[in-house]
Amino acid sequence: MAAINRDDVAHLARLAHIEMSAEELDRMAGELAVIVDSVKSVSEAAGDDVPATSHPIPLSNVFREDVVGHTFTAEQALSGAPDSFEGRFKVPAILDED
Amino acid sequence: MSTDAILSFEEAMEKYDPVLGFEVHVELNTKTKMFSSAPNVFGDEPNTNVNEVDLGMPGVLPVVNKAAVESSIKIGLALNCKIAESCRFARKNYFYPDTPKNFQTSQYDEPIAYDGYLDIELEDGTVFRVEIERAHMEEDAGKLTHMGGATGRIQGADYSLVDYNRSGVPLVEIVTKPIEGAGSRAPELAKAYVAAVREIVKNLGVSDARMERGNVRCDANVSLRPHGRERFGIRSETKNVNSLRAVEHAVRYEIQRHAAVLESGEPVIQETRHWHEDTRTTTSGRAKSDADDYRYFPEPDLVPVLASREWVEELRATLPEPPAARRKRLQADWGYSDLEFRDVVNAGVMDSIEETIAAGASASVARKWWMGEIVGRAKTADVDPSDLGVTPQTIVELHKLVESGKINNKMASQVLDGVLAGEGAPAEIVEKRGLAVVSDDGPLLEAIDAALAAQPDVAEKIRGGKLQAIGAIVGGVMKATRGQADAGRVRELILEKLGVEG
Repeated sequence: MAAINRDDVAHLARLAHIEMSAEELDRMAGELAVIVDSVKSVSEAAGDDVPATSHPIPLSNVFREDVVGHTFTAEQALSGAPDSFEGRFKVPAILDED
Repeated sequence: MSTDAILSFEEAMEKYDPVLGFEVHVELNTKTKMFSSAPNVFGDEPNTNVNEVDLGMPGVLPVVNKAAVESSIKIGLALNCKIAESCRFARKNYFYPDTPKNFQTSQYDEPIAYDGYLDIELEDGTVFRVEIERAHMEEDAGKLTHMGGATGRIQGADYSLVDYNRSGVPLVEIVTKPIEGAGSRAPELAKAYVAAVREIVKNLGVSDARMERGNVRCDANVSLRPHGRERFGIRSETKNVNSLRAVEHAVRYEIQRHAAVLESGEPVIQETRHWHEDTRTTTSGRAKSDADDYRYFPEPDLVPVLASREWVEELRATLPEPPAARRKRLQADWGYSDLEFRDVVNAGVMDSIEETIAAGASASVARKWWMGEIVGRAKTADVDPSDLGVTPQTIVELHKLVESGKINNKMASQVLDGVLAGEGAPAEIVEKRGLAVVSDDGPLLEAIDAALAAQPDVAEKIRGGKLQAIGAIVGGVMKATRGQADAGRVRELILEKLGVEG
């Protein structure tokens, strides 16, 4: 079994801004360990001759020319915003980060 | 806000050895953003240079800007870096309203450029090598304005307003290796290093390099260790030090603050510091913590960038002459002494002198004007000499007027004032202000007669062969003509009048 303990889950939950109860933390620690083990089996299938990849299709250098395309108006950009002020998104002040 | 204790810089240097490190962010001046086709333009109406990619909407697909990759490779080459044959983008995960995606697309373990160096020349000519760890591609974040509270700082703010126009602007982050051995010249080196990076990206044409607009931004890492100890001390990272002067001041301040902390027997806290230009001090941001666990992972929406050696060499062939090499060449071409040339560079008029010479002035004339007349006026006006409003053409015209004898040097200086006051071209000003040297002999002869009549004893001495006495008469004539006479011609006419051989 992979070593995922309750503290690891609590740490991840905090990083991901997810509130979790004590029971959820316990349950998730067990479930995550199983998931990690399952994913690990992939590395058993891949031999030394298989390079690590971050993309399922072997593509590279997919580029765009530096040509200006479409933009939104400020109204469109803000249309889904919970709150806005003078053409800008209005968000709560967050003090514990910079 | 509490004020930190500091030690004098001299005492800090006596006891400790500073180690520096810099992260310089350079905004590229591509037409569009790093991953979207929205325009990369500064100063527009908020949230108008954005599309769905910049706003991090669900289901959108970023596409890499080829020009931004090429600019990044050029920066890498100019910093003497190796260019990765293959590199990838990664997601740097964090929650903060400056990125609507909740991650910044950056590079992590595979930067596009690595293992470089930059030779930094200090003001006295000492060359100091700064090793470059890496230069990687990423995107800029949106701009937050903190509202409410007293100072516009985040502390005490009620809410923040976000403009995503800057979101997605291509950035190259240049990271140095730890810089050791700078000693008491650390603050000066810090400034010179950032200045050199700015100069390079400007010279490459890949960034507008305007620090006041945030095109070049510096995070400065400082730590101290007792002399002779190899292990580094604990560092602080002062964020967003965004002028050359501020970089120098911030490094100096942090050295003094660290020294005071260490002297008190306390450990230095590893933390982010905020620079305050008004008080020239830093204050504590936040300590390094879990918030720095960014959980980087390869960006699944973007494929690797392969930089073939052919492509890299093509780009290398387009690089302009490096600024340091250019300075050497210009000094040799112009025949300035080391001291003269350093003064020119430090006064910030090298480019202006080059343009002035290209416009037709000699190297010595160009230097005389820029260093002798323009630098001082710029200082008084508190602007860069090149921004004062003097064009190379103005100097060429002024010099022609002097050379042809129409005006003398003193008048030329007045004409320059006229040009700066917006009175027109030099020739016009000479006309308007009635500044021309009097070369018509008529008025001169009248003035000479008057001067001789006023000082008959002097006239007698000259007749008797005491030619050195002529100065008094010439002086009288110059006074009568308010300095507009050609003194040489006056002398000739006096001798002629008195029938004495010069």
